[in-house]
Amino acid sequence: MMSHILNIITFFPLIGVALILITRGNRETTARNARAIALISTVVNLILAIVMWANFDNSTADFQFVERFDWLGYGIQYHVGVDGISMLFIVLTAGLMPFCILASWESIQDRVPEYMIAFLLLETLMIGVFTALDLVLFYVFFEGGLIPMFLIIGIWGGKRRVYASFKFFLYTLLGSVLMLLAILSMYFYTGTTDIETLIRTAHFPVAMQTWLWLAFFASFAVKMPMWPVHTWLPDAHVEAPTAGSVILAGILLKMGGYGFLRFSLPMFASATEYFAPFIFVMSVIAIIYTSLVALAQEDMKKLIAYSSVAHMGFVTMGIFSLTHQGVEGGIFQMLSHGVVSGALFLCVGVIYDRMHTREIAAYGGLVARMPIYAACFLIFSLANVGLPGTSGFIGEFLAMLGTFAVNTWVVIFAATGVILSAAYMLYLYGRVMFGALVKPSLQAIQDLSLREIAILSPLVIATIALGVYPKVILDVTSVSVENLIAQHKTALAIDRAPKLASVSRTGAMP
Amino acid sequence: MYTAIVFLPLLGFLIAGLLGRIIGARSSEIVTTGLLFVSAVLSCYAFYDVAILGHAQIVRLAEWIVSGTFEADWTIRVDALTAVMLVVVTGVSSLVHLYSVGYMAEDPSRQRFFAFLSLFTFAMLMLVTANNFLQLFFGWEGVGLSSYLLIGFWYTRPSAVAAAIKAFVVNRIGDFGFALGIFGVFFIFHTLDFDNVFAAAPAMAGKTFLFAGHQVDILTTLCLLLFVGAMGKSAQIGLHTWLPDAMEGPTPVSALIHAATMVTAGVFLVCRCSPMFELAPNALAFVTFIGATTAFFAASVGLFQNDIKRVIAYSTCSQLGYMFVAAGVSAYGGAMFHLFTHAFFKALLFLSAGAVIVAMHHEQDMRKMGGLWKQIPFTGTMMLIGNLALTGVGIPLLGIGAAGFYSKDAIINAAYVAGTPVGTYAFTLVLIAALMTSFYSWRQFLMTFFGPYRGAQADAHDGHDDHGHGHAIALSDVHEAPLTMLIPLAVLAVGALFAGALFDGIFIGDGAKTFWHGTVAVVAGHSAGGLESVPMWVEFGPFVATILGFAIAFYYYVLHPEIPPQMAARGGLLYEFLYNKWYFDELYDFLFVQPTLKLGRFLWKFGDGKIIDGLGPDGIAARVTDATREAVKLQSGYVYQYAFAMLLGVVTLATWFMLGGSVTFMAWVAQLRMAL
Repeated sequence: MMSHILNIITFFPLIGVALILITRGNRETTARNARAIALISTVVNLILAIVMWANFDNSTADFQFVERFDWLGYGIQYHVGVDGISMLFIVLTAGLMPFCILASWESIQDRVPEYMIAFLLLETLMIGVFTALDLVLFYVFFEGGLIPMFLIIGIWGGKRRVYASFKFFLYTLLGSVLMLLAILSMYFYTGTTDIETLIRTAHFPVAMQTWLWLAFFASFAVKMPMWPVHTWLPDAHVEAPTAGSVILAGILLKMGGYGFLRFSLPMFASATEYFAPFIFVMSVIAIIYTSLVALAQEDMKKLIAYSSVAHMGFVTMGIFSLTHQGVEGGIFQMLSHGVVSGALFLCVGVIYDRMHTREIAAYGGLVARMPIYAACFLIFSLANVGLPGTSGFIGEFLAMLGTFAVNTWVVIFAATGVILSAAYMLYLYGRVMFGALVKPSLQAIQDLSLREIAILSPLVIATIALGVYPKVILDVTSVSVENLIAQHKTALAIDRAPKLASVSRTGAMP
Repeated sequence: MYTAIVFLPLLGFLIAGLLGRIIGARSSEIVTTGLLFVSAVLSCYAFYDVAILGHAQIVRLAEWIVSGTFEADWTIRVDALTAVMLVVVTGVSSLVHLYSVGYMAEDPSRQRFFAFLSLFTFAMLMLVTANNFLQLFFGWEGVGLSSYLLIGFWYTRPSAVAAAIKAFVVNRIGDFGFALGIFGVFFIFHTLDFDNVFAAAPAMAGKTFLFAGHQVDILTTLCLLLFVGAMGKSAQIGLHTWLPDAMEGPTPVSALIHAATMVTAGVFLVCRCSPMFELAPNALAFVTFIGATTAFFAASVGLFQNDIKRVIAYSTCSQLGYMFVAAGVSAYGGAMFHLFTHAFFKALLFLSAGAVIVAMHHEQDMRKMGGLWKQIPFTGTMMLIGNLALTGVGIPLLGIGAAGFYSKDAIINAAYVAGTPVGTYAFTLVLIAALMTSFYSWRQFLMTFFGPYRGAQADAHDGHDDHGHGHAIALSDVHEAPLTMLIPLAVLAVGALFAGALFDGIFIGDGAKTFWHGTVAVVAGHSAGGLESVPMWVEFGPFVATILGFAIAFYYYVLHPEIPPQMAARGGLLYEFLYNKWYFDELYDFLFVQPTLKLGRFLWKFGDGKIIDGLGPDGIAARVTDATREAVKLQSGYVYQYAFAMLLGVVTLATWFMLGGSVTFMAWVAQLRMAL
């Protein structure tokens, strides 16, 4: 089973889809069955992902659980595998899905089977992004994921869902078109779309690298999202149902960062080096600008959405520091943010389900009636602030530590984000949780139900455990990150030795 | 065993925090307080074993962060410096736990209070037992968190919530510098372990590195960055604004966190890093300058405050300045000594103030007190002892006196002995501050306990404290606090009286060198301070200042109590300036807080809304609509839609062919046919 585990994990949710499709009965029954099927298949998939993690070999940077067979011909293969960089993103994806299903248990009453199908389909596509080792395959998964997300926001979203999904689509489509062009030209230049081969042997001319890098950047920057192409995110979050926000913040945003690591760094080494200062500037602007904007927000989801953009600024900064700590910090930050921001959106969902508003001003003094909820929200807020002892600290710290060796100005500016994040998060917490509970509408609000405790407590444990003992993640990523930086350096050295640059074409054939 | 000192409070936190509502308030109190006392007893043994006998220990618990060449572990390090802090932290904390049993008796969420107190103690212990900068930072932020939670404990008051946020955010400004310092230390030394860094530090003396676009001296820069963190945590001038506001927390919290322990973490940091600071004379000069300025500034603000807790808060701020002066003139032993004695007498003062507040039914305004001595003589005596210790009352020639007499005078002497310009500056300011300290301390004492009782006249409550009953309290209603509150006072009073005389020898005297075991740099030329023969006027300076301060306070508040209210009513520039705390809050609000909020709104509405969305997606959408309208005008049908469909088809087809997909497609079709 181990040799096929990646395919099993990737396509297992589709079995759930098939089962939901064949259930018959009245509206109630299909809804109930769809929920149960979705929950069971996502939980089984999580178990499978953990099994994969347990069988993962930390000591090598090679791709593991590899499978490949011919797909479209002309060298385009179905080629999948994971290394220390991608493996944990699959675990994260599989890990967040059951929470999404549970969070939608009561809040989604319309077209439940379709909703669950969209989520299961989304899971397959997202996992596919992290397993794909072929450019075309990657592109299919990467763009395919847009469709279910587009539907989730457009059908089950809030009042301005059409505007939000349109904006979301417009931005991401723009990036995708350019990335597709880049993939095509890479294929024409090297004759292969195999990612592993491209990393190992392809060396594009420096001028071409620049264009390829920019094309990929267009797509990844939108997904991250980086400033100034971030404005789709707050709208998408606000309109998306809770589970949609969790996936959006938890997984979809990580695809950009993953893309930089998988493509930009090893394949376009010179361009990466050339553009690193540009990325630093964009990251720093993102951190400060969106933190300030977060401070002014009146809608809880928007505030957390803006804070996500700021946190992704630390990721891009760390990755493009091209140091071990920076890159590893970036990866850790992505994984941690997946858990923490997902949990924060779930927390907002908890009170949204009760009060049907995300207006901060509509709340106040909740701690008096909801102490357990207040404790959970506090822990996630602190993780978002990057308090040592929570997972949020490790990534931010390592990213800044790594970047310090490259450029101190960048870190000085980025570190102001540490102050601002404390300000906007505690300001939010103070307004929602503290104060006197005087609003009549809140007098009867109930603390977490058992289902909600079951959702939030594993995330609380994960947040603290990863903060106190981050080794479980750093052990997995360490060798692959080392290897990635070595690959980047090697590629850079070849680019700088002029006569070697032109032989790549023949050397790259599979 | 030393691990237990640190983790028993954590256990208490977990029990009271997670199970508090099941086991009840009383059990939570007993569990947390009991565990803290065990921890305190173990700490005393640790002090004996490590500091006196010299058995320093480093216990490695687990790996924390390992990334490439970066490594930081969870470690318990107990050396002489840590041992002193252990005694201070667990000693005061256990007494404060006990005191809180009485003080918080009427509060419905006592479990939460005790859980947070224990959490704070755990974080503080992690801070002082750290063996590397990162764990120190963990404790550093951890105490900040508990401070936030405890200041905001009475969360229904908007002022408490605001104060809590302010405390955390202002501390984060300090931590901004601290974090940069940590990055810098790793960048230069490739390690964060104290021993390795300090061993490598001399080799870096005088060298420079590129920081923020400038070639700067390595050690000076690193020390200054670390000191910014210390300034935030220890409420030094500029970053002090959170400390007075922190008095919104329950009084035991003020005693433990905002007087005895957390705020001294900055002093601890400088002493811990003394091997680095010693090599950075410019950084030391800056430390001295800030310390002296704070000592002077905070004492001056304390002169005319009317809230009994705020007076002590400014006093704390000022005394922390003294400690930094000591550290700045390389008298690290003196800084730690004052930290040690200050913990006793300042905790005593705060807890006594708490007892007064309880006796006054949660009234904190001293203008409504007076003449309480007859009603609460025990509390009065305790506060008297605290003031004797704080003002450093003693007999110079015989060399006997209360705690502050030893530690504070040693600092004033050390500043004089330093001989540098900044040393002289510090000497002048701390001597004046000593006069002001004496004045505000005795003013506070006399206003509270002597003169006529003014509580009955006050008919309108100023709403400062919603725990107050909102009506005047008759003097006969003023009673001593319960026994659980008075016992800790007595214990601390013993410390405040004798800690100075008892530990003078080993902290800064002949025994200092063997006592510190090299954990703080004891530098030749300015040995631990206070022992040098100084001119008679320097020796007597503090003594005279103390007497003078007392005399002025006595004149205005006992002999002529009618004068101060008149002066206050008349105002005057200097009075307004001091009463309004040098207008720091107003200035910061104007310079930083409001502009930041406005900028955030502007970037949101204008940057994101008008510029990015306006030119981006919304703009495109608008143009498409315009174009469509034009097209509709020109043609009758849906031309643009046909055109778009065609374009899409062409692109898809071209792509398909380019990828060679058509071939595969044909093959599939063929297979499908066969199958059918």
